[in-house]
Amino acid sequence: MALPLHATPGQRLWRLTFRFICVLVFVFLVAPIIVIIPISVSSSSLLNYPLPGLSWQWFEVIFTPYPWMLSLENSVIIASATTVLATVLGTLAAYGLTSVEFRLKPLLMALLLSPMMVPLVITALAAYFVFARVGLAGTFTGMILAHTVLAVPFVVITVTATLQGFDRNMVRAAQSLGARPLTAFFGVTLPLIMPGVISGAIFAFVTSFDEIVVALFIASPAQFTLPRQLFSGLRDNLDPSIVAIATLLIVVSVALMAVVELLRWRSERLGAGVDTPQA
Amino acid sequence: MTDPGVIAGQVGPSDSTGILQANLRRADRRRKFRAYGLIAPLFLFLLAFFLVPIGSVLYFSISNPEVVTMLPRVTQALRTWDGQSLPDEATFAALTEDLKQGYADKTLPKVSLRLNYEVSGFRSLLMRTGRKAKQLTAPFKEAVIAGDGRWSELVYWRTLKGNDSGFTLHYLLQAIDLDLQWDGGIRRAKPENRIYLANLRRTLWIALIVTLACIVLGYPVAYMIATAPRRLAKILILLVLLPFWTSLLVRTAAWVIVLQKAGIVNDVLIGLGLVEEPLALIFNRTGVYIAMVHILLPFMILPLYSVMKGIPGDHVRAATSLGATPRAAFLSVYFPQTLPGLAAGCLLVYVIALGFYITPMLIGGGGDQMLAYLIAEYATNTANWGLAGALAVLLLACIGVLYPLYQRFAGAGGMKLG
Repeated sequence: MALPLHATPGQRLWRLTFRFICVLVFVFLVAPIIVIIPISVSSSSLLNYPLPGLSWQWFEVIFTPYPWMLSLENSVIIASATTVLATVLGTLAAYGLTSVEFRLKPLLMALLLSPMMVPLVITALAAYFVFARVGLAGTFTGMILAHTVLAVPFVVITVTATLQGFDRNMVRAAQSLGARPLTAFFGVTLPLIMPGVISGAIFAFVTSFDEIVVALFIASPAQFTLPRQLFSGLRDNLDPSIVAIATLLIVVSVALMAVVELLRWRSERLGAGVDTPQA
Repeated sequence: MTDPGVIAGQVGPSDSTGILQANLRRADRRRKFRAYGLIAPLFLFLLAFFLVPIGSVLYFSISNPEVVTMLPRVTQALRTWDGQSLPDEATFAALTEDLKQGYADKTLPKVSLRLNYEVSGFRSLLMRTGRKAKQLTAPFKEAVIAGDGRWSELVYWRTLKGNDSGFTLHYLLQAIDLDLQWDGGIRRAKPENRIYLANLRRTLWIALIVTLACIVLGYPVAYMIATAPRRLAKILILLVLLPFWTSLLVRTAAWVIVLQKAGIVNDVLIGLGLVEEPLALIFNRTGVYIAMVHILLPFMILPLYSVMKGIPGDHVRAATSLGATPRAAFLSVYFPQTLPGLAAGCLLVYVIALGFYITPMLIGGGGDQMLAYLIAEYATNTANWGLAGALAVLLLACIGVLYPLYQRFAGAGGMKLG
């Protein structure tokens, strides 16, 4: 909103101060993330400016097989499996939830979203208690199952939101033309809600890829993920190779954020709403 | 619909409506079944890998199996004991028998650890007597006490008696600084053991300060984005989303690096001549507040923005044209309309802040750790699962109290960005 022409000097000053404060908050939000990135190409081992020179040495450190590339591999395996499982389970449930009305729906919805409400440390503790008894602690399966629990609400939310803007007459039209329910789903519904499903899948991937608390509780060194390895590094020896890993993780996050935002802008333009839940 | 009577028109109109209704009902039921079938896989998945595990946390907070299963004879014998004088010979004999077996089965360390939570020194007492139990002969009362004089003290026997049931409120009471006595009485815990309520207060306090800071920083920014031209607003929203998408651990790591004694913030402050000596910004509360506010700020800005975006600008213009000062127009026209967003943001930030673990652990000092840290500590380091479970129940209870409010303001709406 522009100030009216008759604004008093006091109002103009207030407006200026207000904008200045906002700019400071934006700097606060973004600067700590941006400012560490150049340190990853520093030629010194100090985590500080000015950089004495540039060097790829820290990236050479993290591109060695052990421990960083192994943990990257673990992260990708676990996050990919989590994404598939969470997307399939979440999309099916969202489709079921939006296709009929029933009395217990709010309760069921709250139940399906409850992993989002419970503090991570409690979910991790719960997995730790139970998984050890059934032989899932310290296994890839255990990590994937626990991460799917955390990731699936995001899929349910995104796909449900997309389905609410979805015209069910499309399915009726397909069925009246002779399509079986499954054919109608794969031929009509799924392509139309795809942006929502992809957003949900990306949220699921990021949830697993960035997850640290469950990894602290139930992963044994063989399943150490990138965040878990980064955590050890932060505690033991803080050097720019940590920053190089952080930079890598930032790049992945930004790339995935870009995909989700592009999908959202596209669907806004097309009029259907793809909602992005908060992580 | 394929009823031949309807097709042939041999039934009256009222009958055909009845059949139609029945058919519709059947179709409706079929659709419902299909919907349930689609939801069932996720429901069963969460039941097995989330709800049952959470249930186990509650179970562990009241379960007390060690003493009754590993020292069965002596707990049985103590059921009739009045707790006022030393138990009789039969009880000592039962103890010897239990210890002998416990030593042979190697269950003794576990039960000693359990009893040591209540009386320190119990572990060494049990292990010591257990090692010698095989050589003890009747009369056991004299033999046991001769082996270790502590068996003539009532406190150890009372503790054993206090654990003669498979379930206990001991851990839950301990989590709120109360002490369950051997005879079922409840007293305040000893001063040196009163650490949990203080930790809870600290957790609630840190979450409160962080929430207030998020309001102060988030409200103006949300307003700015909501009133900015479309193109600028899109870019500004991306600036909020960037930290939001960045991993929590990476953001915490960034603050560890930036806030260090020789870190960038201190360099800038010294360079600008604002301070002479580098400030202590890390391993203390200041650092925890800074990092937590940074991590949670998007959760305040986004719901606020989503509400503010829907408030038409002409409301405030109408108020000012009717003579309201900008401040009055803001306070009585604009601000009330943003309350749902503010409530959603506050609840989101507060609830998430209550469960914080990683950030205080890496950025805070010993006096800045929150409830989640204690839970993890008891679960993994000291293996006191009962207390870890009880503290988890305490944290869940705090969130449960806020849940109805959360549902109302932040439920589905608070989860939306745009």
